[in-house]
Amino acid sequence: MIDTIRAVETPEGVDLALRVAGPVPRALAFGVDLLLQGGIALGLQIALGVLGAFAGLGLGLYLIGAFGLLWFYPVVFEVRAHGQTPGKRLLGLRVVQENGTPIGWPGSVLRNFLLVADFLPLFYLAGLVSMVADESFRRLGDLAAGTLVVYADAPHARVTPIPDVTPLAPPFPLTLEEQAAVIAFAERAASLSVERTAELAAIPRALAGVDDPSARLIAHAAYLVGRTA
Amino acid sequence: MKLAAFEAQGRARWDRFAALLAALERGDGAGASELPALYRQVCHDLALARERQLSGALVAELNELALFGHRLLYQARTGEWRGLGAFLARDFPRAVRGEWRLVLGLHALFYGLALALAVLAWAHPELIYSFVDPANVSEIESMYDPSGAIATEPRGAEADATMFGYYIWNNVSIAFRTYASGLALGVGTLVSVIFNGLYFGLIASHLVREGSAQPFFSFVIGHSAFELTAILLSGVAGMRLGLAVLAPGPRSRVSALRAAARSSLPITAGTALMLLIAAGIEAFWSPRHVPAEVKYAVGALLWLLVALWLGAAGRSRAD
Repeated sequence: MIDTIRAVETPEGVDLALRVAGPVPRALAFGVDLLLQGGIALGLQIALGVLGAFAGLGLGLYLIGAFGLLWFYPVVFEVRAHGQTPGKRLLGLRVVQENGTPIGWPGSVLRNFLLVADFLPLFYLAGLVSMVADESFRRLGDLAAGTLVVYADAPHARVTPIPDVTPLAPPFPLTLEEQAAVIAFAERAASLSVERTAELAAIPRALAGVDDPSARLIAHAAYLVGRTA
Repeated sequence: MKLAAFEAQGRARWDRFAALLAALERGDGAGASELPALYRQVCHDLALARERQLSGALVAELNELALFGHRLLYQARTGEWRGLGAFLARDFPRAVRGEWRLVLGLHALFYGLALALAVLAWAHPELIYSFVDPANVSEIESMYDPSGAIATEPRGAEADATMFGYYIWNNVSIAFRTYASGLALGVGTLVSVIFNGLYFGLIASHLVREGSAQPFFSFVIGHSAFELTAILLSGVAGMRLGLAVLAPGPRSRVSALRAAARSSLPITAGTALMLLIAAGIEAFWSPRHVPAEVKYAVGALLWLLVALWLGAAGRSRAD
């Protein structure tokens, strides 16, 4: 595996591509959640303190609330909010099962309770080692629960439609791979620098020629996707 | 087929699918019946676009749409609980009995160590100070002092509520940690069971020597049926995780761990519920001032109840 794309075969017989997230965005998301949990706990303390109820029944309820916040904050969000705690939402991450379907209660409880094991021996060292060693960046809790943390959003490198130019048939037949390369070049040309575009377009000399090769490749691409003059 | 024709043919369908998915995720189920057919069509489009290498951008877009559809179409029904009653009356006791070797083993370890240390500490009274901080020892002494203030002073309902919250916060967290730390080849769980066994034996022996046997045992007998058993059962669940990694048998370690995690989760859930019961008893019953005989009777009844429940409930074949 040389990239972070994991294929999931669906019952429909098609492979869906999941993009797994690495340790850094996940640690950041975890940090955000930790801050939020601390903030909520602090807010409760202050509210109870202002009401003068940080004793007796109030303190008892606070302790139960803190217990829930510690163990079930991530679980409730992951199951109820489409696999996203607030931190994961901020970082554009999502927890899913290994087959790409939404995570349920048992899976979420397992992966979050086993954070305790990921913490060992200190500061989440076991979890980090497990993530770095695993090709899908799974920590121990993910391994036990059968879950993945993936990017929730579509790739950001949005492509632009092929410019409206006069289509031009290639001078000789192209293989499928060559056609795909020419189309991909035309779709991405607008997002590349002029120098890089020229550099790339100079590679297929027999196809693009020497006289403004970039424009010629784009014209070929317009022909290849089926535009007519 | 060329890309332009393919897009012209499919664009309306993809837009319709995207709108439908967004509506469904918002909870608007109006067009739900359309979802399966549209989803299959989009999967088909994705396979075609990928196979014909029409355009990387189109493949990425269709992949995203199909993933979204897959996520909505194949989600499990999370709202369906089998019912707490059925879990307590059947699934939990069965899961515990399924691990009877570990259950007996950890009980033997805990109570064996406690007894051994109690006997040792009886012969060598100074032993307790090599394990427990002297300040803690005197604190515990005063807590169970037969004539002391804490044992005789009635505690108000407010303090009971605080303690209830504290026992949930503290004890259930300990159970969850005991479970999860078992993943470290069972070491974390064993250390916890061994330490608690030692501590319990030492303290009990010391308090009996100090003449506090009655306040101590009459206080702990009520909730200990649920509390000690639950902590040891969370140890059982933790050992299951550790053993799966240590000795996976004919499976890969990850696959053995996964099976152990799923089979041990009901035990952990059950221990959490047992500890909620224990917290209630410990906060609201154990500190009550009733004759010690009544406490012993109630405590013995609770031990019998726990043993009968875990040993016999859910044995009938009827599911």
